[in-house]
Amino acid sequence: MRTEDYALSVGTSRTIEAGPARTARGAALDRLFEALCFSAATLLLTALAGIIVALAIGGWPAFAKFGFHFFTTATWDPVAEVYGALGAITGTLATSALALVFALPLALGVSIFLVELCPTVLRRPIGTAVELLAGIPSIVYGMWGLFVFAPWFALHIQMPLMMAAPVGSIWEKLVAGVPNGANILTASIILAIMILPFMAATLRELMLTVPAQVRESAYGLGSTTFEVIRKVSLPYVRTGAIGAVMLGLGRALGETMAVTFIIGNAHGLPTSIFASGATIASTIANEFAEATGEMHTASLIALGLVLFVITFVVLALARLLIGRQVQA
Amino acid sequence: MISSSRSLTRNLGNGVFLVFCWAATALALIALAAILWSLLKQGIGGLDLNVFTKSTPAPGSEGGLLNAILGSVMMCALAMLVAVIVGVLAGTWLSEYAKESRYGSLVRFLNDVLLSAPSILVGLFVYEILVAPLKGFSGYAGAVALALLAVPVITRTTEDVLRLQPVALREASVALGAPVWRTILAVIWKAAQSGMLTGALLAFARISGETAPLLFTALNNQFLNLDMRHPMANLPVVIFQFALSAYDDWRRLAWTGAMLIAVSVLAVTIIARLLTREQRRS
Repeated sequence: MRTEDYALSVGTSRTIEAGPARTARGAALDRLFEALCFSAATLLLTALAGIIVALAIGGWPAFAKFGFHFFTTATWDPVAEVYGALGAITGTLATSALALVFALPLALGVSIFLVELCPTVLRRPIGTAVELLAGIPSIVYGMWGLFVFAPWFALHIQMPLMMAAPVGSIWEKLVAGVPNGANILTASIILAIMILPFMAATLRELMLTVPAQVRESAYGLGSTTFEVIRKVSLPYVRTGAIGAVMLGLGRALGETMAVTFIIGNAHGLPTSIFASGATIASTIANEFAEATGEMHTASLIALGLVLFVITFVVLALARLLIGRQVQA
Repeated sequence: MISSSRSLTRNLGNGVFLVFCWAATALALIALAAILWSLLKQGIGGLDLNVFTKSTPAPGSEGGLLNAILGSVMMCALAMLVAVIVGVLAGTWLSEYAKESRYGSLVRFLNDVLLSAPSILVGLFVYEILVAPLKGFSGYAGAVALALLAVPVITRTTEDVLRLQPVALREASVALGAPVWRTILAVIWKAAQSGMLTGALLAFARISGETAPLLFTALNNQFLNLDMRHPMANLPVVIFQFALSAYDDWRRLAWTGAMLIAVSVLAVTIIARLLTREQRRS
């Protein structure tokens, strides 16, 4: 872009062309500054492309050796050098989906509370508190999950459920596991707490975009708050809300430390929601630094590439749906 | 009366819904309180001078977190230095030069994706490009990984706050004969500085607790090391290692470390929030 073309108006349709810089030095610095800014932006793009390329190259030996079986076997055996991603992929999808199921209604509840019900005085403190929940580092969630939440959960929820299960029923199969609280369900609950604030914040921003006239017309017709939300506000922000859900899902898929602490880290296909499992991220976190041999490293990087592709698709969809009006 | 025109079921449905919204918010607040309470209860007991003056101990002996704290501070500082430069310039390009151009939209979109990309993959990437070729874990690699996580946050907030600056401000500066670069540096950045600072603080809050990208870049170091060319201890990885160990004294230190990290991250987040509030008021 030539300096003369620099359009100063930002975000408006009025475009004002800057005059040519007065001095040669000014013009040269203008070009230099723009080039600097441009390279910084391009660096970002390069980083993302670099991640894909690095993961593809690093994971290639595993794809080459196992081929499509990499995605269909659940065996993860460093001794026999046989690696399959199915167990980790299943674990990742299962924990994320469960987390979403728990977090979505709560996130909706929180966002509606903040927009519609909260007394004005409390709006800011409660909003900040929910944001703080998003700020807590993932490793702290992991420690809390493992040492505080998991034992409590095992004692008060898992044990009674296992005791109450009739012998031979589906229920018994579903809740079978070691009652130590480190399992897929607790990992999902911790994940749900972690993604709740992100989803709530985005949903809240979306709800605020509903025009007051539209909502007030509905109230004027005698609607209850519930009806206004369900029939007016939610349909109005539908696309964005789906985006918010995808954003939460993207976070859950890639979440590492909290899950590593609490999921129990067992390879293979999980057999029940109270069984230990592993996700892609937790497997990489646990094994990468001590990987034995090249194929092990390559398989872990290949797992990373799978995770990258899944999250990229989910996050890209989320961003497209939310659009740029809402900050997330 | 409005209520008399509504049927009982509608009122009941509304009541249940409102109670659910209250309950959901209460649940979120309870979770926050429970986590903070456990951190304080388990972490405050281990907080003494040793934590800040001694390095991580062997199991059973006395020690603290000095090497981990210093390592974290050094890596975060270097990462922030790089990230602020790259992020502010990239954000400026998106806001002032790219506008609605194709390439600009692409960068903006991919930056948003990077913003929530799994941090462990950033760790893998840095391992592949820095650790494996140079045959060694290092503090520099850790700092690069953290910087990669901070840049998208800073880029995004910079672009957002720069876009908020009125066009008249730019026109006024150009009308006075200032070249574009001076307009941006001395007028636009100046006007947006508190918003940009908020972005930097949020980025700092994000990276200071990150563990996953450091696991195989900075690794860990049992001893005090200020040379970033070698593996460096850092709080998150030490907490990870100590928390999962079988030794009670290590676990106590892990709780203390977790409390230190959480308290500093939350403090930085609150400061960032207060800054935006002041900006909005004026």
